[in-house]
Amino acid sequence: MEENLTVDRTRVPLSKEDFVSDQMVKWCPGCGDHAILSSLANVFPKIGYRKENFCVVSGIGCSSRFPYYVNTYGFHGIHGRANAIATGVKISNPHLSVWVATGDGDSMAIGGNHFIHIIRRNVDINIMLFNNQIYGLTKGQYSPTSPMGSVTKTSPQGTIEHPFNPGELVMGAQGTFFARGVDTNPKLMTEIMFEATKHDGTSVVEILQNCVIFNEGCHYEITSKEKRDDNQIVLKNGEPMIFGKNKDKGIMLKQHGLEVVTIGENGITEQDLLVHDQYSQDPGIHLMLAKMAPPYFPIALGVIRSALFPTYDDLVEEQIQRSKANTTIKTVDDLLNSGDTWEIK
Amino acid sequence: MTQKKNKAVTKEDVVVKFVGDSGDGMQLIGNLFTDTAALEGNDLANFPDYPAEIRGPHNTIAGVSGFQVHIGKKVYSSGDLCDVIVAMNPASLKANLKWAKKGATIITDLDAFDQKAIEKSGYTSNPLEDNSLQGYNLIKAPLTTLTKDALKELNLDGKTAEKSRNMFALGMMYYLFNWKLDIAFDFFAKKFKKKPELITSNKLAMQAGYNYADTVEAISVTYLVPAATLDKGRYRNISGNVATAWGFLAASERSGRPLFLGSYPITPATEILMELAKHKSLGAKVFQAEDEIAGVCSAIGASFAGSLALTTTSGPGLSLKSEAIGLAVMTELPLVIVDVQRGGPSTGLPTKSEQSDLLQALYGRNGECPCIIVAAQSPSDCFMGAYEAAKLAMEHMTPTFLLTDGYIGQGSELFRIPKVADLPSIKPPVAEPNDPDYKPFKRDPKTLVRKWALPGTEGLRHRVGGLEKENISGNVSMNPENHQLMTELRYNKVMKVADTLPEQTVHGNKEGELLVVSWGGTYGAIHTAIEELLQEGKDIAHAHFRYIMPLPKNTEKLLGKYKKIIVPELNSGQFVKYLRMTFPQYRYHQYNKIQGLPFNVSELKDAFNKILKEK
Repeated sequence: MEENLTVDRTRVPLSKEDFVSDQMVKWCPGCGDHAILSSLANVFPKIGYRKENFCVVSGIGCSSRFPYYVNTYGFHGIHGRANAIATGVKISNPHLSVWVATGDGDSMAIGGNHFIHIIRRNVDINIMLFNNQIYGLTKGQYSPTSPMGSVTKTSPQGTIEHPFNPGELVMGAQGTFFARGVDTNPKLMTEIMFEATKHDGTSVVEILQNCVIFNEGCHYEITSKEKRDDNQIVLKNGEPMIFGKNKDKGIMLKQHGLEVVTIGENGITEQDLLVHDQYSQDPGIHLMLAKMAPPYFPIALGVIRSALFPTYDDLVEEQIQRSKANTTIKTVDDLLNSGDTWEIK
Repeated sequence: MTQKKNKAVTKEDVVVKFVGDSGDGMQLIGNLFTDTAALEGNDLANFPDYPAEIRGPHNTIAGVSGFQVHIGKKVYSSGDLCDVIVAMNPASLKANLKWAKKGATIITDLDAFDQKAIEKSGYTSNPLEDNSLQGYNLIKAPLTTLTKDALKELNLDGKTAEKSRNMFALGMMYYLFNWKLDIAFDFFAKKFKKKPELITSNKLAMQAGYNYADTVEAISVTYLVPAATLDKGRYRNISGNVATAWGFLAASERSGRPLFLGSYPITPATEILMELAKHKSLGAKVFQAEDEIAGVCSAIGASFAGSLALTTTSGPGLSLKSEAIGLAVMTELPLVIVDVQRGGPSTGLPTKSEQSDLLQALYGRNGECPCIIVAAQSPSDCFMGAYEAAKLAMEHMTPTFLLTDGYIGQGSELFRIPKVADLPSIKPPVAEPNDPDYKPFKRDPKTLVRKWALPGTEGLRHRVGGLEKENISGNVSMNPENHQLMTELRYNKVMKVADTLPEQTVHGNKEGELLVVSWGGTYGAIHTAIEELLQEGKDIAHAHFRYIMPLPKNTEKLLGKYKKIIVPELNSGQFVKYLRMTFPQYRYHQYNKIQGLPFNVSELKDAFNKILKEK
């Protein structure tokens, strides 16, 4: 019999309170993590799974204190290894809804290898990547996502490294789901976390997050009241890509890539704009969208890619079922007595 | 057999070694020889001895691949010196002549001893002609030519025909041991089902070798090796790595916890990963990770989720896993770490054996980080070693090491097949749903073991992690007194495992002059040496340790019953260091070999005799 691999549904309606832990939240006042925690606690009861079937796994860093603050099964791992630990949890018990809380140091630097490989395998796990472009817990060193030239405690003359764009990395690793949110927009965060849950496979949700102490204003270009409308575009599947304070700007696909255009100028109408297709199997346009950044482009928020491919955990179960159906070795006793054996009397 | 020209002599045990270039098919004929001996009812142990390179340089000492088999009425190791050596080229002869007994039979391929090959091997003159092998029963057979002749009718190209010369040599061995060729022919039929042309060529080559041996003058004596005197039961031949894999499958079935292996290929442990990957039908989930760290971390995740979780590796991989093993100790989750030890440090001697990771298993982690350590003593014993390691890890909620080594992992011997139902029960402390008393670090007062609360279970949501936790509640705690308490609890929990362990036994005199103390894969050679010395009337005894952390409770008392203690190890003295630290009141002698090779019985006897003679 094929086992039903979906996560068990809850029989009683759940609320945010079901997921609030009794632990004191020890993030700095004003930290973007508070908003992320609140968004997730809003999402969990809406998903409809039994509360015992959630499991939150983390590595090390400010973000990784997350499991202590949600009342689910939780595992606080070691630096960089959350994705590897979570892989073991999910393969071991595919009935769990597994969430990883990780940061730009945890998953882009020390855990980079596990990050690309979990994505390549498409294990059905939701990864929340808190990106504040700095090492906060160790008090302010540059990270793999710090922009070139960043002055930090370990780069007093500015960094001389090219930063990773997590979205680009996800696409490069054959990711099937990538979404981006900002800590200043809880409503959008809630929406994309819900989308991430719905997606079968590794879902990476990058959350641009502010570090009030060590990297205050790192996403100011995107989040400030004056600039955000012109520097953000929230993608919606099936809709043309329009943004700007006056909703008069759009994204067009030209011969050499994407271009920002103004509606009404040079005869351009809404019809000329690129329409978002998050479900496209080909990641070409998704990659271009993930790479967009000010000053020449707005940053893309929302679900950028959500393509359907088989998940690793499903394939594991499928192989087990197939092996069970096609073997004479049903027990370990069968195995021990298989092949060449002989009796000594 | 009666029509044979030769006289057959009965031999209690025979050591045979097949040596040639890697690629000459020595492992294949070695295995075939082993299986045949097993089917003939002999006890056996074997040991593949191959270079780190897949195909070493042709005709050089570096490229020599070997396979040693010890068969007999009762054998405990793959043997020291050889009665028969089959050497396919000059380099393999040069590298292995030191392992030949005086008067040993040496079969060589005359065709392979051309000037170029002789020079490449480092010989200054042809050893087959310069009388340097006078003390041996040298059989110079033109194996290549004879094989090509035998296969003439198949119209194979020269290279392909030449490849069957290993089977020609094996045919000669079958004659030497008075075996029927049918056993090999059955094997060919199975192994080469999809390549019928190989069945024909191998059969022809083997038959030709057999016939050649029957006619050649040099083989004047053949062997009859009496059947083993083994306990009643069903037997099979098994390698240590396969036995390890099967022991875990048995533990998974018996405990009801599904098996998860997170691993990364590494010599000489990879076979465990490959073997378990074959057994998905038994529910084994095998994850080949992106690196050693992901191997162990995925296993820790699987353990948290309720699996019997394993990671398999060798020395360098163990170094990479250290931090994660600390996490498993801190979270008090069951995890079995298998270290098939090899020569170190660093990449070291990948295909050679050593016992040099003991201190790493004991102490190689940050903080005070005790694990349970079990060591298997022989290829077939890896089955129970794995089974017990899994039992201890789960029942005591503690990471447990199983130490084996390249020698026993890749070697094989006869294995009496157990019934899974007869194996000791395994009862993991899984928490009941909605247990009102459940707290993540609430412990059984006797064993100090916490409960295993599996994600998905109603009423047991909790968090664990690498940060220090408050005892009982499991909340993160930086409290100084609590840290001391938890450090002591983690240590005492491991020490209390000794309450469940059998007492350490001794072979030989129960008290007296000399106690030989050993552990792990050296059992066979040491046991054989002790047996021989006991028969010679020496006042000697042997305690071979399976449980290293914790030690059996009677260890201290036992060590005190002998005037002298010697600890032979394949390292520079790691177990002896641990004993000196644990029981400093005794004086320990040591005998150490760090050559990537197993002990020889003769060198051990010499070492023990020397200590016995000392006043």
